[in-house]
Amino acid sequence: MSQQSSCLLTVLDLVPFGQTGQDSRFFALRLTRPDWDGWRPGQFVMVRPVSFGLEIPWARPFGICHMTARHLICFFQVQGKGTQRMAALREGDKVRVWGPLGNGFAVEPETPTLLLAGGMGIAPFVGYVNQHPKPWNVAMLFGHREPLSCYPVDSINEHVPLDSLRETEPGDLDNLIFTLQERIRDNAEQKGLVLACGPLPFLKTVRRFALEYGARCQLSLENRMACGVGACLGCVTRTTETWPVPAKRGGLVQTCNHGPIFWADQIEL
Amino acid sequence: MDLSVTLRGRRHELRLKNPVMTASGTFGYGTEFAPYGDLSRLGGMVVKGLSLQPRDGNPCPRIVETTAGMLNAVGLQNDGVDSFLRDKLPRLPWEQTPVVANLYATSAPEFAELAARLDEAEGVAALEVNISCPNVKQGGILFGQDPAQAAAVTRAVVDAAPHKPVIVKLSPNVTDIAGMARAVADAGADMLSCINTLAGMAVDVARRAPRLANVIGGLSGPAIKPVALRCVWQVARAVDIPVIGIGGITTAENILEFILVGASAVQIGTASFMRPDAAFALVEDLPEACRRLDVDSLDDLRGALVTG
Repeated sequence: MSQQSSCLLTVLDLVPFGQTGQDSRFFALRLTRPDWDGWRPGQFVMVRPVSFGLEIPWARPFGICHMTARHLICFFQVQGKGTQRMAALREGDKVRVWGPLGNGFAVEPETPTLLLAGGMGIAPFVGYVNQHPKPWNVAMLFGHREPLSCYPVDSINEHVPLDSLRETEPGDLDNLIFTLQERIRDNAEQKGLVLACGPLPFLKTVRRFALEYGARCQLSLENRMACGVGACLGCVTRTTETWPVPAKRGGLVQTCNHGPIFWADQIEL
Repeated sequence: MDLSVTLRGRRHELRLKNPVMTASGTFGYGTEFAPYGDLSRLGGMVVKGLSLQPRDGNPCPRIVETTAGMLNAVGLQNDGVDSFLRDKLPRLPWEQTPVVANLYATSAPEFAELAARLDEAEGVAALEVNISCPNVKQGGILFGQDPAQAAAVTRAVVDAAPHKPVIVKLSPNVTDIAGMARAVADAGADMLSCINTLAGMAVDVARRAPRLANVIGGLSGPAIKPVALRCVWQVARAVDIPVIGIGGITTAENILEFILVGASAVQIGTASFMRPDAAFALVEDLPEACRRLDVDSLDDLRGALVTG
């Protein structure tokens, strides 16, 4: 894995998604490229604009959406005071970034791979499908609440079929759960690979079906974290009896440096 | 400019190439930060609090961001002293930079047992006794708020660790920190560090609930620096052993503030969460800050505060 570093990057631009103008809550943040050797889809970065000053001490974790020879792109939704201030970033502003952090998703070129994205959980899959050596073996199911135009779906590889399920009324949730169940069961029968990223209730549902049908499944967790490097112990998650390190079975491990991607059977949710 | 400092304790001294140490609980076991800087450039490293047995700590959520700070109620999750000595310590550059083991126990005899183990471990330069953690029910803060108990724990550790300097970490959650400092110094502590976190709370009105599962946590970060400066100033005037200043340091000038009020060295805590290379950057920045503020020698600056 490539060596991590902490660097001061410059904002190239901040592109709003969905409704334009001042009300937008969805953004792609494009930064100058850090001096990293490489990255793996599913890895994340800690982002702390200089404008946080002393007032907002923590950086915010974001899955790497994409990184090219020229730039690093993260996708975010305005949720609290940190992302609110990030929405005010302008070209030329400075941002402290450290990474690439965590382990990344499994890539098995020949395996039928089902990507399950919930809301902002789509961000790391943009990089995943665009780096996958055989994208025709990949399919995505995307559950979301906001209009599709709020999310970076246009940048997803055209070879990857994308089924989008928007949740606007209570019945839609049942439909999403039912579809998740069917797709996970089908994938398990094909001895495929399921990768999921999204809010906790979404991941819990995916995990339940994955364990029920014996699907090989990885979950990307986004627990609250301060440091991203394994020191603050805020993001810990409990392992199960199948955790590979015997001494840590049933114990707590940091999501940031033991994850954020975990095999569904190896952690409790 | 020579930035080295020697902390001359009652029995032993601790020599640092510069006054910048990392604070326990904010720097993991050191190796987590190796990608972001050269560990051997630090003045010293204080690793995550160790107990005899591994501990899970408190339930989540156990950290929360607050204005210019954070609360934590981690509750001393750690892998235990054996795992540290066997798996972690050998990976640290302890021959170049002193590694200080922070220790936590629930009774004086347990403190003594832990101290004896660390005293004989090659690679551990000093012991820092945690009698001030607000997040554990037994031990911790109980010892740190009662001068007689604090003195008893100090004596137990000092007696069990004859070969190494013993640092006692003080809590700000007391009425008279100078009195606590004197009690611990009289009990044989080689040096003191202060402050640990301030007990605090954050609540969510919409949910009518506390933001930490433990309800109460310890406040750290830039928000506590004025309290920390006051405590270090009071403690440094009360005792004749070295004091290590801790609390909200984010710049090289902040380091000089602590030395001015009487600290011999400092520890960098929450700043390491604000950027993982914070401590390394402060080591780099310190000479320039000294030049700018006409500081020719850290020894001359120490305790040189002019009051009316």
